[in-house]
Amino acid sequence: MGRVRTVVAVAGVLGGAAARTARAVVARRWAARGRGRDGDRAGHWQVVTVDRPPEQVLPVRGWPEPLRRLDGSVDVALRAAPGGRGVELAARPRPDATPSGFAAHLVGDDPKLLVRRTLWQVKQLVEAGEVLRADRLPTDRPARPPG
Amino acid sequence: MRALCWTSGGDLAVRQVPDPELRNDHDVIVRVRRSAACGADLSLLAGQAPGPAPDDVLGHEFLGDVVETGTAVRRHRVGDRVVVCASVACGACWYCRRGLPACCDNGSTEPDAGEAEWGHPVAGCFGQPRAAGGFAGSHAEYVRVPYADVGAFTVPDSVGDDRALFASDAAPAGWMAADLGAVRPGDVVAVWGAGAVGQLTARAAGLLGAGRVVVVDRHPGRLLMARRHTGAEAIDLRHTDVLAELRELSGGRGPDVCVEAVGGAAEEPRSLADRFTGRRRAPEALREAVHACRKGGTVFVLNGGARLVDAFPIGAVVHKGLTVRGARQHGQRYIPMLLDRMARDELRTEHLATHHFPLERAAQGYALFRDRPDDCLRAVFTPHDQIDGRVGR
Repeated sequence: MGRVRTVVAVAGVLGGAAARTARAVVARRWAARGRGRDGDRAGHWQVVTVDRPPEQVLPVRGWPEPLRRLDGSVDVALRAAPGGRGVELAARPRPDATPSGFAAHLVGDDPKLLVRRTLWQVKQLVEAGEVLRADRLPTDRPARPPG
Repeated sequence: MRALCWTSGGDLAVRQVPDPELRNDHDVIVRVRRSAACGADLSLLAGQAPGPAPDDVLGHEFLGDVVETGTAVRRHRVGDRVVVCASVACGACWYCRRGLPACCDNGSTEPDAGEAEWGHPVAGCFGQPRAAGGFAGSHAEYVRVPYADVGAFTVPDSVGDDRALFASDAAPAGWMAADLGAVRPGDVVAVWGAGAVGQLTARAAGLLGAGRVVVVDRHPGRLLMARRHTGAEAIDLRHTDVLAELRELSGGRGPDVCVEAVGGAAEEPRSLADRFTGRRRAPEALREAVHACRKGGTVFVLNGGARLVDAFPIGAVVHKGLTVRGARQHGQRYIPMLLDRMARDELRTEHLATHHFPLERAAQGYALFRDRPDDCLRAVFTPHDQIDGRVGR
């Protein structure tokens, strides 16, 4: 597994729980997002709010699979959502890394879109227990013979 | 299996498609007993809604028998007769947990497509383009139902198929309009549209204690049905000054709650000038509802097929202090209560199923539903039976 660079902007309320979820803490803050040191090259953070506690969103023993496949290619941040709505999970493509492989190809090699879809999948997995799969298209496999 | 498919020409055809399969642990497979045509599909048929692909299976209002269950399904067993909410919602996100399942964050397989279409992803829907979830529709012999513990409901033995069928979509939509429109005892409620949803809105308003319910439509057969089955008064807009009539019926105040339930009827073709300028049609029923509604009242919009409209009377909304609300039906929130009311005979809906067709004739059923000859209110398809023709009302 590649080296993961994780940015954690931890609000006070998250305290130790969020800190435990981080696999590496880098001394930069999400508050400097977007136009920070990486400037426009890094682009905006993609963010989803996950209605669960931080330890469920980024567990200690490893990230959920949808996020793990982006190892090494994204910055990730976590902070408390206001109003008891759980946590805000953010990610953005690293300026010096681009996702590779079939997953990136599927979304047209657009790293922002891949990050966005991955965050939605993390949210689905944590909140609903599964990443929702579409029905197979009729062209995906042959129909069963009648009868 | 056989299914009614949207074809590349925008027409419909019954084709052989692969059987559905369990794709997630919370799925069940349902063998369809009844599946109803819905006005929301008409914009798809007219080619006015983006997204359908050739061989997409249509249909979202249905009930049937469970024939297969995923490993995580707890509330259903093989053999259960269930009505399935037309919307696909997870039951676990922030919106679902607050009784807004149609706003579900996790009900779509392509949430980014929903973000592009509406700004945010919303609950999925069977038989709609992929921005609405990516799920095959119910005009088929079998349907895969995701999140089945959340969206499928066992039908009481005493409730027949043609009654329970409408608990899938039309009845929760109508109930929601009356509920979220905040109908209170003694209120005057006006409903534009005497289709299935409009009639069930009228009935819901009556059950919630409205003092007077008025239905507005242009089709005499529908108005007659609304009078007979919901107890509402009827206004034929072809022969009546609707605003003057509603003012008179409400003591000069205007209705307390106005519901726009005219459905997704296909838009009229746009003129060349409109295409050039980008102008959209004016939402006539909605404009009338805004003008009719009493000051401080509520206008509730059920017509998700309207998409973009121009000339919305925002000034009247502001000066009259109106509340304007809209929603797709939050079925998961209402269906158990509606089935209870159906079982107690408080809510009868079988009269809405005016025509039955075997699946092979579903395209003809849609044509009848779209063009409304023979007073067709809803065409109902029976994939495993050979029921055919008009039924008694």
